Amino acid sequence: MSAGTADFVASLVKYGLMFGIFINVAPIMNWVERRACAYIQDRPGPNRLGPAGLFQPLADALKFMFKEDITPALADKPLYLLAPVLALLPAFTTFVVIPFGPDLLVNGRTVPLVVANVATGVLLFLAISSLGVYSLVMAGYASNNKFSLLGAVRASAQLISYELALTLAVLAVLIPVGSFRLGDIVAYQQAHHLWNFIPQFIGFMVFLIASFAETNRLPFDLPEAESELVAGFHTEYGAMRFALFFQAEYTNMAALSALGVTLFFGGWTLPFVHLSGWLGAAVGLATLLAKIGICMAVFVWIRWTFPRFRYDQLMRLGWKVLLPLAILNLIVVAAMTLAGWL
Amino acid sequence: METVIFFLFAALAIGSGIVVVTHRSPIYATLSLVLTLFSMAVLFVLLGAPFVGVLQILVYAGAIVVLFLFVIMLLNVQKEEDAHVDRGVQLWIAILGALTFLGMFWLAFWRTGLRIGGPAPAPLTEDLVSLKGLATALFTDYLLPFEIVGLLLLVAVIGATVAARRPDSETVRPDDDYVGDHVIAEDPGAGPVLPREARS
Repeated sequence: MSAGTADFVASLVKYGLMFGIFINVAPIMNWVERRACAYIQDRPGPNRLGPAGLFQPLADALKFMFKEDITPALADKPLYLLAPVLALLPAFTTFVVIPFGPDLLVNGRTVPLVVANVATGVLLFLAISSLGVYSLVMAGYASNNKFSLLGAVRASAQLISYELALTLAVLAVLIPVGSFRLGDIVAYQQAHHLWNFIPQFIGFMVFLIASFAETNRLPFDLPEAESELVAGFHTEYGAMRFALFFQAEYTNMAALSALGVTLFFGGWTLPFVHLSGWLGAAVGLATLLAKIGICMAVFVWIRWTFPRFRYDQLMRLGWKVLLPLAILNLIVVAAMTLAGWL
Repeated sequence: METVIFFLFAALAIGSGIVVVTHRSPIYATLSLVLTLFSMAVLFVLLGAPFVGVLQILVYAGAIVVLFLFVIMLLNVQKEEDAHVDRGVQLWIAILGALTFLGMFWLAFWRTGLRIGGPAPAPLTEDLVSLKGLATALFTDYLLPFEIVGLLLLVAVIGATVAARRPDSETVRPDDDYVGDHVIAEDPGAGPVLPREARS
């Protein structure tokens, strides 16, 4: 096998592994979300099917598949059909830049445990995830429904606003590292024996808040606010098409969690643990997944704890609090790096 | 492999570019523009400039075109109707603009010494297309043009803010909670007061 073919096969295998993991996020999170919100609200939740109701997602999936597939008569058909598919595309692409283990030696060849080990790593993640807004906008416009359209308008304004703060918070992390490669950021944290959320606490808080807005989760789920917009941009979607949006939302959450733990919580590394080879790869992957799991639990916890923001409050928070804070953080971090404190 | 990808995305860029200017629906035109920009980004990556390609998606496809869509949806622009005005002057100005643009294009190519059938240009070096090379060039050799472009954007931002200001903004403070207290005080429980036509 030539070097090019070997790399291609290795990338394919790694993508297959990550895809297999991330496609299972939505069903698992469906169960976690419903059980956790039931626990928070002091009721049992779905507990009939299987042990502790674990097979409930299976039943839900079957229900989605066998429901009638409806297209509104006045919908813009091509865009209406394309939107749910486009929602999945960025969700299942962004995680290719997330490293999930130490370099592995296979048949005398070093294989970095990241699907796409590109120099523009973080930027590629942000660029692809910024394309996710089009599926929301297309769905809202194509449905030909005023609630859908309002949801789409809100989505486009909200995602643009919070993307700025999110990107600036991420940039501040990159300054002391001096590289866009996420593997370098993990290595930097390991070398300094310090996870980034301590020296970059303001940036981390901005990132955390902005990521709730970017994934349309409560308290920022304005594009689908059910108390005012029925279901926002996906009001007219049912059956499997709705399930695709659902899947995209949870996959986006997992991908953004993966970025967050890689930037601020040491990625796949554990403090004081240095393993290599297949064992190191397995432990690295398990560590990354555990950290993502904790982040997802926080997403769920916040959702069932806070009420929804009003739209003007959302915009005020984004532009007048988070953005100036992120810019200030960027300047401070740059100055501290220049002074040699980071 | 690279040749196949190049022709695929070059064709996609040109095809979607044509859709942008010819399609009657502004939404479809804008979405085609996204496709054009995405194809261009792929071409940048093929040229060995992944950073420019990623920025193309991040800034243009991911942010600016979203704002286009936002405005189109907010104004609820339906399919373009045939204008009844005489387009004579507009046409000539458009032709003049296109010619100027082509001339500048030709000048740029002429100055680089690139000819059809001539020797192929040297491939871009890593220090030119990498982030560091790009940043160094921007902040040393091209600092003045860079600053002027920044100033131009600032002027545009201030202009937009001034244009968007309501004339009576002295009395209406948009930051205040806009739940009109006079409406509630007048008629509690009846919701906002609607004009006579809307009530019936």
